[in-house]
Amino acid sequence: MVGGIRTARPCHPRGAGLLSVTQSEGARAVAGGEPKMLESVLALGGLVLLRDCVEREGRSLLKALIKKSALCGEQVHILGCEVSEEEFREGFDSDVNSRLIYHDFFRDPLSWSKTGEALPGGPLGVLRTMGSRTDGHPPEDQMRVLGLVHEELHGPGPMGALSSLAQTEVTLGGVLGQTSAHILCRRPQQRPSHQTQWFSILPDFSLDLQGGPPLESQPHPVPHTSSVDPTAHLTFNLRLSKKEREAKDSLTLPFQFSSEKQQVLLRSGPSQASSHIFYEPDAYDDLDQEDPDDDLDI
Amino acid sequence: MFPELNHLLNTTPDRAAQGKLTLLCDAKTDGSFLVHHFLSFYLKANCKVCFVALIQSFSHYNIVGQKLGVSLTAARERGQLVFLEGLKSSVDVFFRAQEEPHPLQFLREASAQSLQPLYEFVREALKPVDGDEAVWRYPVLLVDDLSVLLSLGVGAVAVLDFVQYCRATVCWELKGNMVALVHDSGDAEDEENDMLLNGLSHQSHLILRAEGLATGFCKDVHGQLRILWRGPSQPTAQQDRSVTYQYKIQDKNVSFFARGMSPAVL
Repeated sequence: MVGGIRTARPCHPRGAGLLSVTQSEGARAVAGGEPKMLESVLALGGLVLLRDCVEREGRSLLKALIKKSALCGEQVHILGCEVSEEEFREGFDSDVNSRLIYHDFFRDPLSWSKTGEALPGGPLGVLRTMGSRTDGHPPEDQMRVLGLVHEELHGPGPMGALSSLAQTEVTLGGVLGQTSAHILCRRPQQRPSHQTQWFSILPDFSLDLQGGPPLESQPHPVPHTSSVDPTAHLTFNLRLSKKEREAKDSLTLPFQFSSEKQQVLLRSGPSQASSHIFYEPDAYDDLDQEDPDDDLDI
Repeated sequence: MFPELNHLLNTTPDRAAQGKLTLLCDAKTDGSFLVHHFLSFYLKANCKVCFVALIQSFSHYNIVGQKLGVSLTAARERGQLVFLEGLKSSVDVFFRAQEEPHPLQFLREASAQSLQPLYEFVREALKPVDGDEAVWRYPVLLVDDLSVLLSLGVGAVAVLDFVQYCRATVCWELKGNMVALVHDSGDAEDEENDMLLNGLSHQSHLILRAEGLATGFCKDVHGQLRILWRGPSQPTAQQDRSVTYQYKIQDKNVSFFARGMSPAVL
C-alpha cells in the first residue's frame, strides 16, 4: 500500500508490510500497568509510521500496538500485503483476533488468478467502503492509521513524504541483541519531541521495557575508577633535569640554518674579491674544450 | 546436503519447517554451494521440487548432486523433480508459435514487465495431482538465481511480484518452502539489485549470506557464512538472531567452523 506512492499501482507488497487502520468507538478503557511507550505512540492519532530494516523487523511492534488498540476496545482493520492472514493472526488470542478485520492483499494483489477472489478496487476501494459504512457513527470519528514501512526499499523522496505526513514516527534500531525505538512525536504548534526507548517484545506481543545501553546507542567504555599516573613506573626517563634541559636548548642541530651558520657563510664572502678555482690536470685530462674526445683530425 | 550446515540451521530432512522462504545471497564469492545443498536436502526429504535453473545446465547440477548423494535424473523420471533448464529452453522461445505461453516469454518482449507465465509454470508444476499426496511431503520451489532476471531486462518490481505470487501459492497455499538465490553486487549503483535484495530480505524467514573474506582469497578458508533468522516465530525470545561461521568447500562436503578456528591455523 505504501509502495503505491512510487509505482502508481494501487497495491504493491514491495516495501509495504501492511497498513492497519483503527477506528475508535468512543470511550476507551485504559488498562492499568500498560507500558507508557505504547500509549505515547498511540496518543496523538493520525498516522503512526513504523520504520524498520532488515536487521530489526517491525511487524512484532506493529502487532503489539494492534493488540493494545484492540484490548482498548477499538476495531482494527488490517490491509495486509506482505504476510498471509494466518501468519498475521498468529500469536494473538481470541479476543484480540475477534476485533481484527483482515483485508487480504497478499494472495492476489495483481489479479493474476482467474478465480476472481481479489478484492475489487484494491486497498483504496476498501478504504472507501470503510469510510462510507460507519453504522451510524459520524464519519469524522477519530481514525488512526498505523503503517509499517521498510525504509531501505524506498528512496528519500517517498520516505520524506511519509515522514512529513506522520504525527508519530517510530524508527527501530538497536545494538546486538537489544532493540530500541526512536520515537518522534509532532504535536501541533509545538516542537517535535524525541524519545528513545529500549524494549523487547514477548511472545504474546506485550512489551517489556528495558534500560538498555545509554541513549547514544554506543557502548560506553568503562570509566577508570581511580586515576593512575601512567608515567610513574617506567624503565625509561621521561623527565629532564635543569642542566639537561639547558644543554638541550643550547644545542644547534647540524642541518638547521641558524643565525650563526648564516654569519659563517657571509663572513667568507667579502674577504675575497673573486673566487678562484685551483685545478691540477693530470696526464689524461684534455684541456681542449673544442675537442673533448680528442678525435678530430683537422 | 551438508550435514554440518544442517546442524547449524538446526534442521534435518525429516523435520524441516514448512511455509518458509529462505533467501540465499552471496557477496564477492560464489554462493551456489548453498543451492546444491538445498536441492539435495529437499530431494532427500521426499519433497516435490520445482527447480527454475537459469544459470547452469541440467548435467552440471546432476554431477554435483551425485557427489551429494542424489540423482537428479532419477528424481526427474519418477516425477519428484520438475526442472526448468533456462539455458536450453530459452532457445525454444524463439522457435515456438507466439500464442503458446512459455515460462521464459519475457525474453521475447521488448520491455518485459510481467513474469506471470513463469509463475503459471511453477504453479502448474507444483499443484497437487491426484495420487501424489501420499508420495511427496510438500512442494518446494528453488530458483537459481533471481539476479539474472534483472540482467535479462526484467524490472525489480516484476521479480518481486513473481516472488510474492510464488510465496502466496507455494508457501501459504500449498504449505511448501521456497529458496531463492540473489547476488549482492556490492555496488552502490545497482539500485535494482539492492531493491530486490532488500525486498526479499524483508519477506524471508531465513537469510544465508555467503561472503568472501575481507582480507582476500585464502586456501583454507573460502569465505564466511552469515545466518540471520527473521520473524517472531522463534523458540527463543530473542528475535533476528544472527550468527557467522567460516567455511571451506571440499569435493563432497563443506566444513564450517567458528571464525578464526579453521583447522589449518589451529
